[in-house]
Amino acid sequence: MSEQMHPDFSRREFLSQSAKLAAGVSLASGVMLYGVAEAKPSAEAVTSKVRWGMLIDTNKCSSGCDACVKGCNEWNGLKDHGRPQTDAQWIRKVDLRNKGTGSVHSLPMMCQHCEKPPCADVCPTGASFKRADGIVLVDKHICIGCRYCIMACPYKARSFIHEDVTDQRPHAPRGKGTVEACTMCVTRVDEGQRPACVEACNTDGHKAIIFGDLNDPNSEIAQTVKTYATTAIRADLGLNPGVRYRGI
Amino acid sequence: MKKVRFTQIEGGQGFWALLAILGAVIVAGLGAVYYMEHNGHWVTGMNNQIVWGMPHVFAIFLIVAASGALNVASIGSVFGKTMYKPLAPLSGLLAITLLAGGLAVLVLDLGRPDRLIVAMTTYNFKSIFAWNVILYTGFMVIVAAYLWTMLDRSMKKFSGKVGFVAFLWRLILTTGTGSIFGFLVSRQAFDEAIMAPMFVVMSFSFGLAAFLLVLMVTYRMTERPLGDAVLFRLKNLLGVFVGGVLYFVLAYHLMNLYATEHHGVEAFILRDGGIFTALFWVVQIGLGSLLPLALLYHPATSKSRSMIATAAALVILGGFAQVYVIVIGGQAYPMTIFPGFEATSSFADGAVNSYSPTLAEVLLGFAGIAITLAATAVALKLLRFLPESLGDEQVVAKAEDSAAVKAAA
Repeated sequence: MSEQMHPDFSRREFLSQSAKLAAGVSLASGVMLYGVAEAKPSAEAVTSKVRWGMLIDTNKCSSGCDACVKGCNEWNGLKDHGRPQTDAQWIRKVDLRNKGTGSVHSLPMMCQHCEKPPCADVCPTGASFKRADGIVLVDKHICIGCRYCIMACPYKARSFIHEDVTDQRPHAPRGKGTVEACTMCVTRVDEGQRPACVEACNTDGHKAIIFGDLNDPNSEIAQTVKTYATTAIRADLGLNPGVRYRGI
Repeated sequence: MKKVRFTQIEGGQGFWALLAILGAVIVAGLGAVYYMEHNGHWVTGMNNQIVWGMPHVFAIFLIVAASGALNVASIGSVFGKTMYKPLAPLSGLLAITLLAGGLAVLVLDLGRPDRLIVAMTTYNFKSIFAWNVILYTGFMVIVAAYLWTMLDRSMKKFSGKVGFVAFLWRLILTTGTGSIFGFLVSRQAFDEAIMAPMFVVMSFSFGLAAFLLVLMVTYRMTERPLGDAVLFRLKNLLGVFVGGVLYFVLAYHLMNLYATEHHGVEAFILRDGGIFTALFWVVQIGLGSLLPLALLYHPATSKSRSMIATAAALVILGGFAQVYVIVIGGQAYPMTIFPGFEATSSFADGAVNSYSPTLAEVLLGFAGIAITLAATAVALKLLRFLPESLGDEQVVAKAEDSAAVKAAA
């Protein structure tokens, strides 16, 4: 993986520059309506005082729109090989129709960043893990490609890399033969930015996804989940996902 | 007491021809591995919905059969049935070689088989997969020690104790294999505690069928006497195990059929699942269970060697179908992520997933079987695993002697 990265500058330099750039763009376009968080100093360890989460309002999410998917693919360098069965999808749009009432909904589905992730439970090497701040990730260096985590994930959130990966983004390393999923754009979050899907949704004017710290009682996400009825998908499994939904 | 003489098999032309054929299959399988690993798994039938395919069916079958193959030895040393004792070395050997074949397939299908050392050194102890790595390697070591106590006269006094440990270990091992599926809370076809004991009974059946076939073929090829006493005892036992598997399959489906939330997956496997439904009813239940039971017990066929061998082969065929239906069928049924909703997406939400195994995957699977058989053949040639005779006068006399000794004591 690392040998396929851009050789001319270090990863850390790239991250800090791209974060500054992204921050500038966000501020310039006026979409940073809520302060997400201060950028965490890189020397500081991730802490469980923070629980990153997302709240998706399906009433604001429109069926034909896939801005979040495009935003994710662009930022993370996911490419379409024209093979939908094996192409990686970190986020997808799901259209729902209630069998009883006929009501229809559309929503983005991605890694739900469970508090108790089954993928991490079943992973033999511990490559699947949850960061202290609730973000569920895959350590690409020790993933052996057994796919047990894909079997275990109740949200079909994970993809196996079925071919060589070229032109990778330095902030989103990938590798043939390993498993990957939504990282909640962890490098952006560490730099105080919002995930790419959230930005894309905002830019498109839907503003259907709120990102923030569920543990911060003053954050918009914490206020909203406290005020309104929201849903965890497959709540029966007791996994307490960090991604919640309104309107279904 | 009549002494059982163990000897190596003679390496005639047949032996070398067999090794050459198995070697060719193994080479073809390795070629398939190179092809799949070089290009990536998109060249296989597996995809992001059916992530475990044909290699896993072969691997799981072989691993499950491995622990079952040890039963013959266990019946001899743990349960004290003297008639089985001469069969114990072959039983232990097959247990090791079946496991080696299964693990080879499993490892060679990994996305990163080069990281096997990571799997052996970095453990997440909440993962049943990690436990299985320890259970599989431990099984190899314990059964190897068990074989040592059988083959080395000076170690014979430990045979009973080591055999007991091996027996317990193999039960735990197959419980672990079944739990791979039992622990999957997300999928409607799995997430059942019954998976663990069902796999244990499946191992009894598949392992004994494999043992019986290897025993019959080896004794025929080496022209050693194999009496009816041993053979009929084993085939009756196979029938009991086949019935045991049927009971667990029945219990599994009855429980699912009772709960409304599982009606969808049951309708899929039992009625609407196309290839999976056909495999379940025709191959697993019909050809793989009911027909062997009839062949093994019906007076017209139960004394025929060719019919007993056919029944064992059918049990293996049915076993493959059963593992296929469990592993692939369980993934083909759309995962219920949004209960009460119809879902559609670009990632096959709400859709039945299709899987067409490719030649490369099948070649890898057969290479696993070839590794098992080749390793068995080579071991039989090098070490004294096989009794020169399992004729009735030999085996029955030994059993009677032993009973007499016990009675006298």
